[in-house]
Amino acid sequence: MATVIIDGQELEIGDDERLNGIQAARRLGIEIPHYCWHPGLSVVASCRMCLVESGTRDPENGKVSMIPKVVPACQTPARNNTVFVTNSEKVQHARAMVEEDLLIRHPVDCSICDKAGECYLQDYHFEYGQKDRRADIKPFNSRRRSLGPTITLFVDRCVMCSRCVRFTREVTGTDELMVINRGAHEEIDVFPGYPLENKLSGNVADLCPVGALGDKDFLYKQRVWFMKRHANVCSRCSTGCSIYTEENQDQVWRIKPRENQHVNQWWICDEGRYGWKHVHDPQRVTELQRREGDEYVNVEWSEAPELLDQQLRDAKNLAVVLSPFLTAEEAYLLAKYARTMHPEATIVLGHVPAVGKDEKFPNGFTIRAEKCPNRQGVEEIASRMNGGLVTWDDFLGRVEAGEFDVVWITGAYPDAWHDEATAEKFDSVALLIVQDLFPSPLWDRATWRLPSAAFAEREGSFVNHADRLQSFKWAIRPPASVMVEGRLYWRLLGEKGLYNARQVMLEMAGEFNYFAPAHREIPETGVDLKVTQLAQSV
Amino acid sequence: MQPNDPAIRWAEEPKLGLAGKMYLPLFFQGLTTTARHLVSPKVTVSYPDQEPQIDNPLIYRGVHRLNKDEQGRVKCVACFLCATACPAHCIDIVGVESPWPDREKYPESFTIDELRCIYCGMCEEACPVDAIELTSLYNLTGRSREEMVFDKEKLLSVYDETKDKEPMRSLPIAAPRPE
Repeated sequence: MATVIIDGQELEIGDDERLNGIQAARRLGIEIPHYCWHPGLSVVASCRMCLVESGTRDPENGKVSMIPKVVPACQTPARNNTVFVTNSEKVQHARAMVEEDLLIRHPVDCSICDKAGECYLQDYHFEYGQKDRRADIKPFNSRRRSLGPTITLFVDRCVMCSRCVRFTREVTGTDELMVINRGAHEEIDVFPGYPLENKLSGNVADLCPVGALGDKDFLYKQRVWFMKRHANVCSRCSTGCSIYTEENQDQVWRIKPRENQHVNQWWICDEGRYGWKHVHDPQRVTELQRREGDEYVNVEWSEAPELLDQQLRDAKNLAVVLSPFLTAEEAYLLAKYARTMHPEATIVLGHVPAVGKDEKFPNGFTIRAEKCPNRQGVEEIASRMNGGLVTWDDFLGRVEAGEFDVVWITGAYPDAWHDEATAEKFDSVALLIVQDLFPSPLWDRATWRLPSAAFAEREGSFVNHADRLQSFKWAIRPPASVMVEGRLYWRLLGEKGLYNARQVMLEMAGEFNYFAPAHREIPETGVDLKVTQLAQSV
Repeated sequence: MQPNDPAIRWAEEPKLGLAGKMYLPLFFQGLTTTARHLVSPKVTVSYPDQEPQIDNPLIYRGVHRLNKDEQGRVKCVACFLCATACPAHCIDIVGVESPWPDREKYPESFTIDELRCIYCGMCEEACPVDAIELTSLYNLTGRSREEMVFDKEKLLSVYDETKDKEPMRSLPIAAPRPE
């Protein structure tokens, strides 16, 4: 056990822990300001904002000897008997000087800067800066230039922390960004003809501690303080990155990564970052309809569950297709509903969309080819409830053979997922219930058209490719005429009160061995379901 | 807090004398006020036959206007600070990249719901470029709710209407970038 002394307080850290001054101080709730240091990147100690006094304590007689100069906390390891002083006059003066230096060349155009409100330069200036500006410089407009399809650089707002440059070197391995010129003329830039164009490029805007790198998709759209952020899980691939969905009055504006060392560390890919547009797509279906003759008539949600229930009860051979975009809870509720009504009902794992190959980046971050969030969880439920897995392709063959008279297909696919030929196979089905986000060939054939909820409107849990279960709450409310799947299935089952995903998960944890670890409280970073698999195999 | 808390100091009602009990002094006091107002000069006007005189238009809080700069462009930089300060949430702005090289951002649309507005003047105080100001126009009427939602063009026209009578309260602060 090693002891670090920070501002007179003793902190015990493990022998094999390698912390720097910033990390050690954070454990005691002491914030050391910093720009260039990021836990996911190498240490350069270039911004000089984290300067602290440091020294060592002699373990024999307890005498402390300090280094005469201030040192960067990010580069000073917290070893046994290391002493840090983070609030002395010397440290405060050093911070104020760094802030003043950064602001000499800064446009101070906070009022039109998109970073205002979440800008470190702004926050640190209020916290550690001087009251008055000694240099007589008026606010001006920052020069700006495009670095690539997703990012705009505001040259004069930059504090040259080089986080973005290190990101392209260490995380993506694409090396697009560099520092040009010297001294006070340093700037971030790209080589002509080689723009910042990689699948993680959006992360540099999050990494940027100031407003220098702007996300073109979000630029000028909202001020950050108007938005609320909700912990969510990305639905664009089976990695299942932890994200924040940021919304203002039920309109999603941007997706930000949420730190989760088990899944995505600090990053998300651009596919996930900009993959929320379908939520507000005008093409999205929002009417609940039933076919009567050749026409579709709108049905009220208040009467729909009973009508559906009646028609499903008359089914001779029912099949329910569980989409990998459903949460585990929703998939379970629908399967349970079908099975309690018809114990012989077939539960099918829906179409699993796959595009290309897995893409792995040098630091291990992977964009999966499987473009759905919950294949693992739904597959487990479908195969357990059915007593053997029926895949979408198996199912299509059986539908073509005319085996089923009633089929319920859940979709919620953000992109087109089947063609006309696939849909034609369902011509023999007497009652086809389709629940989806967008019109499709199957939608045109449906007897019941149920509008589906988008990822940010759901509540429940996704199980990613590595059997990690992450629970989340809804971030926005669905359009007025859309009922979220969970709520509908809850009502079909005749459960009392409001849909409660946690209650369903507890029931599942008791029923399936696979979900047993979800029985205890699920932390924000999720739980690993593999634990039970290992226990069973022993 | 309990009634017997030592921090509470209980005060007795003062005892009334004979005159007080008969209400006579207060009665005459009240009548004196009435009589004084009967003879004092009138401050009310019979609006709308008669237009009221606004003493200081610079501090009056009437209809909003959006100021223009020397080149006739809208001064607003779409920073949303007025919308942030607004306690009635009556300002709605859509900001986009500006077509001019000296500005980064400008409002593509700027609407104020004049019926929702409480005329507190917070937007004017929040504005970093003195683009939004309250004028002394007080007789604001309309035939529908939609008509009372003022868009950018309408707010700019209020500026044209009032700029001679009520000059802008400060000079432009946006200075060109020193080279």
